[in-house]
Order: sequence, then structure tokens, then C-alpha cells
Amino acid sequence: MSIEIKDLNVYYGDFHAVDSVNLHLHKNKVTALIGPSGCGKSSVLRSVNRMNELLTNTVVKGEINFEGVNINQKSIDAVEVRKKIGMVFQKPNPFPKSIYDNIAWGVKVHGFKGTKDDMDEIVYSSLEKAALWNEVKDKLKQSALRLSGGQQQRLCIARTIAVKPEVILMDEPASALDPIATGKIEELIAELKDQYTIAIVTHNMHQAGRVSDYTAFFLVNEERRGHLVEFGDTNQIFFNPSDRRTEDYLSGRFG
Amino acid sequence: MINPNYSESVMKRKITEGVIKVVLTICAVITVLVTIGIVVILGKESYLFFKDVSIVEFFTSTKWQPSIEQFGVLPLINSTLTTSFIAMLVAAPLGLCVAIYLSEYATKKTRSILKPILEILAGIPTVVYGYFALTFMTPFLRLVFGQHNVEVYNTASAGLVMGILILPLVSSITEDALSSVPNALREASYGLGGNKLQCTLTVVVPAAFSGIAAAFILGLSRAIGETMIVALAAGAGPNFTFNPFEAAETLTGYIVRISGGDVSYNTVDYNSIFALGLFLFVITLTLNIISRKIVQKFQEEYD
Repeated sequence: MSIEIKDLNVYYGDFHAVDSVNLHLHKNKVTALIGPSGCGKSSVLRSVNRMNELLTNTVVKGEINFEGVNINQKSIDAVEVRKKIGMVFQKPNPFPKSIYDNIAWGVKVHGFKGTKDDMDEIVYSSLEKAALWNEVKDKLKQSALRLSGGQQQRLCIARTIAVKPEVILMDEPASALDPIATGKIEELIAELKDQYTIAIVTHNMHQAGRVSDYTAFFLVNEERRGHLVEFGDTNQIFFNPSDRRTEDYLSGRFG
Repeated sequence: MINPNYSESVMKRKITEGVIKVVLTICAVITVLVTIGIVVILGKESYLFFKDVSIVEFFTSTKWQPSIEQFGVLPLINSTLTTSFIAMLVAAPLGLCVAIYLSEYATKKTRSILKPILEILAGIPTVVYGYFALTFMTPFLRLVFGQHNVEVYNTASAGLVMGILILPLVSSITEDALSSVPNALREASYGLGGNKLQCTLTVVVPAAFSGIAAAFILGLSRAIGETMIVALAAGAGPNFTFNPFEAAETLTGYIVRISGGDVSYNTVDYNSIFALGLFLFVITLTLNIISRKIVQKFQEEYD
């Protein structure tokens, strides 16, 4: 399922953080949201599954069309939205529960009615897809907090996959990880896009270049409002940007 | 260039700092000494008591009647446990609910109004709670359960009011524990499509388990040591009973009655209150240590 974002504005109290963003997250593709700090890329991402409204005084205006429905409206239940649009966060945030229960939690919340064997199967396949099974298969009952940072993040991805969302949003998923763990997450993203529509916010331009099919470049203007500068095919954005500022940013002249 | 010889202002500062350090150290040492002094006196007087009374009798006999040389602590412990248990029956669930509400559901504004009110509850003198138990709770219980079933002095009334007394303590520590659960965990559960209740009950509360357990244990330890309410409302006179509607005297209640009475020094009766004091001290100390251990054990896992 693709997601069509139309004229999205985000306000934190009086502060207008995101200014009229239009963006298309293509089905079964990876879209990278890049740009300097404070450019509103995370705000856009967190609007897609309505996480922003958990903060007080936040107003998100505009349309977010998903499966032909504008999900950014009061009559749509945010909990239902998040069941279809999962999220992986910047810092790995496994629950202080066992590895097994970390995965089972979301499944149960979605109204799981199967047997213990069914749950075992879900846990196995999610960990397998997240390329974590071999490392944890002997210690599923162990606390997830004892895993390394990279393993924790893959567990968080596994946990998200387990509830079968259609879209996965990733907010700088590798920024707290070392290069090897980062490499594993990137490989994983490449494999997951066959089944999921993925949007990833990243500070790392090389990462955006490696993992994404489309890239959206954001900047802040003089009033500190984040806005979209350019959106397009990743190769085009990186090698033949149409906006001068994109070229300057990508070549490391600022940011 | 920094002058290798201290200038006058530097000397002055060194002296002031030295004096402050000495004063603060003395303060710290005094508190430690006072504690040690109390323990030593408790120990010494208890030793005199146990020279006359066998420890086995102390812990096994169900009669506490100093006038006929019967020193079984069980009736006193039993009523202390009854009142404390009833208090926890009130304070634990209610405290947890209050804490969950304040930490997870209340808006900033509601919280800023409710928390001070809860703290006022903690500031009411315990003697007021005591006669509240006697003049309100007991008549209320007698009205509900019948005059014949509920004695004028009873442990139920004292326990229920004690529950209200320790409610602010329990809910405030529990709330601290809940609020210190990282927001990232709440985000994780919302991100997976969890609703607020699922997030609170199955993620936040279990994650705060150690703090909540500590809150309950501290509440319990406060209830065990609480004196004024039980002295006024639970009854005077040891009674080995499991019926909360009967009068019974707790450890603290007995100590108050004997301390205020005209028992002469160096009698077994007199020494008995030190033995009971030591015993109470050991119980609450143990509980506090357990709560500390729980917090340490489960927090380690967190980081």
C-alpha cells in the first residue's frame, strides 16, 4: 500500500515545524527522508502513524491517504492506524521482558486467538525474517535487555514484523549502532521491502544512498520551518539533483 | 601565572571549606551515633528481659499477660499483622490506581491539583486518624455489620484508617516508579498498535515492578510501626484472635500503654517493652532491606 501525503503541516504549540509537505511513499519501496537536524523529517514520519499526537499541543494538518482513506482525521482511530503502520525507533526500545514475550506482546494486542504452537511459529518466523533467529534461538526466555544494541534493534524490527503491518516507519534505526550492526540493519531493510512499504529517516546520507529507492530531501527555512526541497528517485537525487541546495548538502558543503 | 604561595583570599577559602566540612561530618556522625545508641539500649534492656523469659516461650506462647508472667508475643504480632494486612488491602490497590491515574492518565493540570491534596493527606497528624477511626469508622462498621458483631474497639477499623494513612506514601512512591519508566517503552507499545490500557497494564506497570514492590513494602513497614491509630481504635489488652471485629492490642499499642502507665523500672514488664521495641525494629529493618534489594535486583536488569 502506498501512502500519499498531501499538504502536511505540523505545529508544536505556536511553533510551525513542518510546512506544506507533499510526499509519496511508494509501495514495496524504501523511501529515505534526509536533511539536517530540525528539518522536520522525523515530524513527518511520526505524523504518518499518528505518533505525534501523543505529545501535548501538537497539531497535524493535511491529508495522509492510505488505502484510499485519509487517516489523519479524528474519526479514524490512531490505534487502528498504528496496527497497519508500524514503527521502529531511533534507540532500540525492547520491553523489559523476554525475547519471546517482546514479540508475543504486539501479537496479543492485535487480538491473537491461536494456540501456543501458532505463537511459537510467529515468534520463529519474525525472528527469522529479522535475521536474528540463529543468534537467539537458544535463549528466547532470556531478557531482551541482555542483547547487544544491534540485536535489540533487530528484535524491535522482528516485533514490528510479527504484527504484520503494511508499512514500516523507521526513525534513524541505526544511529545508535556500530557499523557492523548498522550493516545488518541495512541488509534487513533491503530484504523487507519485498513485503513492506518502508520509510526511513536517516542522518547518514551514505545509508540513504545504499538502502533507498526514493529520497526526500528536507531543509529548514529562515523561520525554522521544515519543508521538502526535493523528492525523487534516489539515483537522481544523489547524482543529478534539480535543486542547488540538495547538491550542496549532499556534497557536504553544509549540514 | 598562578602564585605557588597561597594568597590571603585562597587561605580564607580553604579555612571556610575546612570548617564546613568538619561541621557537616559532625552532623552525619551524630545521626549515626544516635541510631547506634538506640540499638544498644534496645539490645541491653531486651537482654535483661530474656534473662527472665525464655526465647522459646516468647515466640510460641499465645498468651501475653505480664501480671501472671505469661510472655507470648504471638497475640501482639497477630493483631499487628491483622491491622497491617487490612491497611495494605486498602492502600495497595487504591495506591496503585491513584499512581496509575496520576502518572499515565491525568493531565499536567489535574496532577498539579491532585498531588498537593494527596500530600495534605500525608500531613494529617496520626492522632487525628486515630479518633477518626474511633468516632467515624467504628460506628460505620457497626452500622454495616451489626452492633453485636463489631466490638467498640476492633482491628478492622484501625486497619482501614491506617490504609488511608499510608495511601499517600504508597501512591507517591508508586507514581515515581511509574513515571521513571522510559517513554521509549510507551512509544514502542503505541507503535505496535497497543492502546493506553494495554500499554499501562502490560508494559509500564511490569517495567516499574521493583519500584511498586518497594512502595508496598515501605507502606507495610509504616503500617507495622504505626502506633496512634491502633492505640486509640484497636483496643487495649492482648487478644489472640483472627476476627478483625474483635478488640486486640498490637505490638505498638502495648508499648504505648505500658510506657504511659505506672510500671516501675527494672521489672520484667518494663523490660518487655524494649524486647518488643527491638523486635519491631528488626521487622521494619528487614522489610526496608528487602525493598532495597528488590529495587537493586530489578534495576540492574534494566540498564
